[in-house]
Amino acid sequence: MSILVNKDTKVIVQGFTGKEGSFHAEQCMAYGTKIVGGVTPNKGGEIHLGQPVFNTVKDAVSTTGATVSMIFVPPAFVADAVMEAAEAGIELAVIITEGAPVRDMQKAKAHANKFNMKTIGPNCPGIITAEECKIGIMPGMIFKKGNIGLISKSGTLTYEGANQVCNEGFGISTAVGIGGDPIIGLSYKQLLPMFEADPDTHAIVMIGEIGGDLEIQAAAYIKEHITKPVVAFIAGQTAPAGKRMGHAGAIVSGGAGTAAEKMAALEAAGVRVVVSPAEIGKAIAEVMAKL
Amino acid sequence: MNIHEYQAKQIFAKYGVATPRGIIANTPAQAMTNAQELGGSVWVVKAQIHAGGRGLGGGVKLARSLEEVKTLASEILGMTLVTHQTGPEGKLVQKVYIEEGAEIVDELYLGIVLDRAKETPVIMASTEGGMAIEDVAHNTPEKIIKVAVDPAIGFQGFHGRELVFGLGITDKAEQAKFIKLAAALYKLYLENDAEMIEINPLIKTKSGDFLALDGKMGFDDSALGRHPDIEDMRDISEEDADEREASRHGLSYIALDGEIGCMVNGAGLAMGTMDTINYMGGTPANFLDVGGSANAQTVAKGFEIILKNPKVKAIFVNIFGGIVRCDRIANGILEATKLTDVNVPVIVRLDGTNAPEAAEILKNANIKNIIVATDLGDGAAKAVAAAKGE
Repeated sequence: MSILVNKDTKVIVQGFTGKEGSFHAEQCMAYGTKIVGGVTPNKGGEIHLGQPVFNTVKDAVSTTGATVSMIFVPPAFVADAVMEAAEAGIELAVIITEGAPVRDMQKAKAHANKFNMKTIGPNCPGIITAEECKIGIMPGMIFKKGNIGLISKSGTLTYEGANQVCNEGFGISTAVGIGGDPIIGLSYKQLLPMFEADPDTHAIVMIGEIGGDLEIQAAAYIKEHITKPVVAFIAGQTAPAGKRMGHAGAIVSGGAGTAAEKMAALEAAGVRVVVSPAEIGKAIAEVMAKL
Repeated sequence: MNIHEYQAKQIFAKYGVATPRGIIANTPAQAMTNAQELGGSVWVVKAQIHAGGRGLGGGVKLARSLEEVKTLASEILGMTLVTHQTGPEGKLVQKVYIEEGAEIVDELYLGIVLDRAKETPVIMASTEGGMAIEDVAHNTPEKIIKVAVDPAIGFQGFHGRELVFGLGITDKAEQAKFIKLAAALYKLYLENDAEMIEINPLIKTKSGDFLALDGKMGFDDSALGRHPDIEDMRDISEEDADEREASRHGLSYIALDGEIGCMVNGAGLAMGTMDTINYMGGTPANFLDVGGSANAQTVAKGFEIILKNPKVKAIFVNIFGGIVRCDRIANGILEATKLTDVNVPVIVRLDGTNAPEAAEILKNANIKNIIVATDLGDGAAKAVAAAKGE
């Protein structure tokens, strides 16, 4: 078991024949992901990486039966690609592209919601179910199979956290990089219940950062609904207010969205909050020992 | 990207948002000529910097004669203005906006930002104009009226009614004027991919008209490509030179005031590294994300920018290689030691893709200042110790 994706998930790639799309599609296939085709307008009918290329997502879905799309198109075309996927019946779109305008994502996400399509990202490493299915750009080798679920706004902190968990002798069920833009797809609040319901996930690592209030919403949700242990780290305790820390959404504005308030809310919800990401592995070992 | 008040007012004019008349000046003499051209007997001399709180910092002054305009302009131009938003170092004033005086009957607040929870823009209005909206939100949150407007339906009549009734505007003519103004501002926000618009204060005049006495605007950097007219308004002198230099090389850099330089891949890990240094008793000198496509040249550039800061006593290179290959970073470190005089200890933690190859490269290079760390915690501890001269 796992959440959202597994070894049977059929995946197409939007922006399949581009440099990034090609490189990562190949890496995903090497990991074992069932990439069943891709979409690049005007290249329909070609074969790329041994898989068929289609002009439209509709064609790709009707021919391959894919349910997930991994999106690598340039930032200006992300909204178009997401909305096309939604209307073509894709169930989950994983948006890797960085730098999509906020207004475009607002429009695209509203449309995805209308068609009940889930989205992950944008500007994220993607999702991986360890040793089964990798849809994204993360280094697959560090995700050993196990019973820890992971949700993170940051790509490299996903790797850092997963690596520590595995070094402690545990492994990952599914890891989801949700991205750090102001508007993102699936967030903690939607992913936590999936991990709660997954019998193969025994504990959850949640990595957040400054800006917005998704972590606060998560804390409220955890308090009411999550029985599995949660370990959390919030990046940006030392970030100056009013400065954008790399991610478009990582900014403390008007005194709101600080690491301190998020850490306090999570602690009050019974979450094991660590002050440094270097402590994630140890904290997981501790909470797992108590189970 | 942020713009100046006078530029925001140029955009307001295009959308029919009324402002007092004004002209920008670079010199005291020009300021006086502008005042003469505007006419009247009262003018406001306003420092143009990208920060709020200018009035309290002494950057906005009232003049009652042309001579006074000149005197005040000469005082304000060239001053380093310190406000609650500039940081203690303040900002150099290079332009002043000369504006006609306005008769104020009432001061309101009107702004638009993205509501990240609702995922739509939200219009915020308040009767408490002229005060920092953060303070109003903190002390009297009930005095801020928030109306989220979904772009899918656009600004509707009921949005306008929620605003005017919330503000207690009872005069029908005034209601109509305010609603027209809010609708125009919403249109401006969407059409220009604004991130934030703020009019504080929005004043009501004797005749019941609304005038934007101030104007602040920020835009979504990711959308600037489709707004060349906005991009043209960029004032490079308002941006940190090192941050700009870094971004030209694909690096994301922000100076802090500590002693340990940080070079990290990924924004989250970069913040996490700063937090860990702090947790272990050290102080980070900067945020630096080398990005997903780091190579020898970008790493060398990173060293150069970090070492410009004389406070730096040690550098912590913390890389978890996914897409970024550790051997490339290792080569970058070697390159940097050739290009730049790296005269402080460099603590290197390389993990992930090609980490063993990277370790081999560093070992064989045999550079005196390099200390190898095994993981994040170990690296931060070694960096803190090195900065303390231990």
